[in-house]
Amino acid sequence: MATNNTQLISELVARYGRARTSLMPILQEVVLQNNYVSDSDMTEVAKQLDLSAAQVFGTATFYSFIDTEPKGKYVIRVCKTITCDMHGKKMIIQTLEDMLKISVGETTPDKKFTLLETNCLGWCHKGPAMLINEKPYSSLTPENVHEIIKEYMNQ
Amino acid sequence: MSPESKLKRVDLIFGEYSNVQYKVLTDTLKRKNEDVLKDLLDSGLRGRGGAGFPTAMKWKYTAETPGEEKYVVCNADEGEPGTFKDREILTRVPRKVFSGMAICAKIIGAKKGYMYLRGEYRFLLPDLQKELDIYHEYAKKLKHDFTIEIRMGSGAYICGEESALFESMEGFRGEPRNKPPYPTTSGFMKKPTVINNVETFVNVVMICRIGPVKYKELGTTDSRGSKVFSVSGDTPIAGIYELELGMPLDRFVDEFGDGDTKAVQVGGASGFCVPRKKFKDTIIGFEGVPTGGSMMIFNSSRSMYNVLHNYLEFFEEESCGQCTPCRVGCQQLRKGIEAVKKGNKKALYLDQLMKLSDSMKITAKCGLGQSVANSFSSIVSNFKEEMIY
Repeated sequence: MATNNTQLISELVARYGRARTSLMPILQEVVLQNNYVSDSDMTEVAKQLDLSAAQVFGTATFYSFIDTEPKGKYVIRVCKTITCDMHGKKMIIQTLEDMLKISVGETTPDKKFTLLETNCLGWCHKGPAMLINEKPYSSLTPENVHEIIKEYMNQ
Repeated sequence: MSPESKLKRVDLIFGEYSNVQYKVLTDTLKRKNEDVLKDLLDSGLRGRGGAGFPTAMKWKYTAETPGEEKYVVCNADEGEPGTFKDREILTRVPRKVFSGMAICAKIIGAKKGYMYLRGEYRFLLPDLQKELDIYHEYAKKLKHDFTIEIRMGSGAYICGEESALFESMEGFRGEPRNKPPYPTTSGFMKKPTVINNVETFVNVVMICRIGPVKYKELGTTDSRGSKVFSVSGDTPIAGIYELELGMPLDRFVDEFGDGDTKAVQVGGASGFCVPRKKFKDTIIGFEGVPTGGSMMIFNSSRSMYNVLHNYLEFFEEESCGQCTPCRVGCQQLRKGIEAVKKGNKKALYLDQLMKLSDSMKITAKCGLGQSVANSFSSIVSNFKEEMIY
């Protein structure tokens, strides 16, 4: 299987080394650049680290932030743990679903946004909270979510 | 509320740095290892991640384990629902964390340290990396041969369990190992390793700075020092508070509750739920209900069924799936309370679910599966009606 990321993976292997301890940083970097790691990427990583593809698949699929399915350019993760839930998470999800016209778990047709729920993000005192890629947003209301997403839409 | 009932605020962890950069580290590196260890032992410091193992013992055991290659690991995989204090510590006083790790390195004889930072906190990385560069400059000046590298997590709660964290750093699925062996003999790369919570390393630095005698003035016999609490839920003043350990819960509720507090979940989803009638007799600390800092307050408008259901969903998703008691148990507990609520099972079925959670406590491989029973039995036994009707 061909991958467009062969060069990126070679560079990462050169940077982090070929030991198995480099596997997580390499996978994380591929996800940062592509928002997911494809089957062919994983096979390429396996080849370059001298592991079996199964070992790389096994590690990658364990972690919820290492997506193995294509995701949008902006991955929105809304915290669904108790305090965010108590402080209006459902309304935030509703707002996002209405704006993006997708449901939780889906990606917009233009591949710009993916909407997900996630477990505790560590912003319980300022819930509801969400991450867009790595950037956290807290004290969310339907109004400010509207503003935030509008900005991303115009980017 | 009378003024004297106000809980004493402490300013140890977040207190300002010394005017001289890395002063505590510089001074402590000059001291004999056994003197520093003795101070730590005297201080009574216990780990701040939740389990509360005496820090000095952990360091002593690792120091005594023979081996050329040893590691210091800072567990910054803060994932317990309701906890956000490590993020605050890493944002406000990262130097104290690095200093604590460097002191530990000298005592146990490690040259390499890691900080495992949860993926959700990746946004902290640029600032932390800058601080780390400053640390490395100072370490060079002090001729202290100890470097620190930051490794990222990727959204797995279980990786906060120390052996799962090592597995993850080694490039594997974050599945906890059997214990023993403990990290003091076989940790990262199966080498002797000290792994401590972010806050624990800061406490070490503060003990080195003010001495064990002064440190012991804070807290109680079983729970020395102060603790950073993450307060959330139904409270007008949610946030981070540094308080003495060993306080009674009713005073905490007086100060942080909204006047209508029904229950407090102490220690996150893996902790205990304390109902109003027990506030008075509950001590927050190792002699009572311990906590890694998470304090979630619920008022009488909240359904404790929903709270428990949320926790169980959390555990179901975050269970690594390695051992049956946890993988199947979490799922069955969730389905079980749903069935009772819907009336598909009789209320007596809750007793059977309690037995299941008790078995998980004994048979699950790691702390995750073992601790599900904490919230399950404390919520079900104290709020049975809410589970049924």
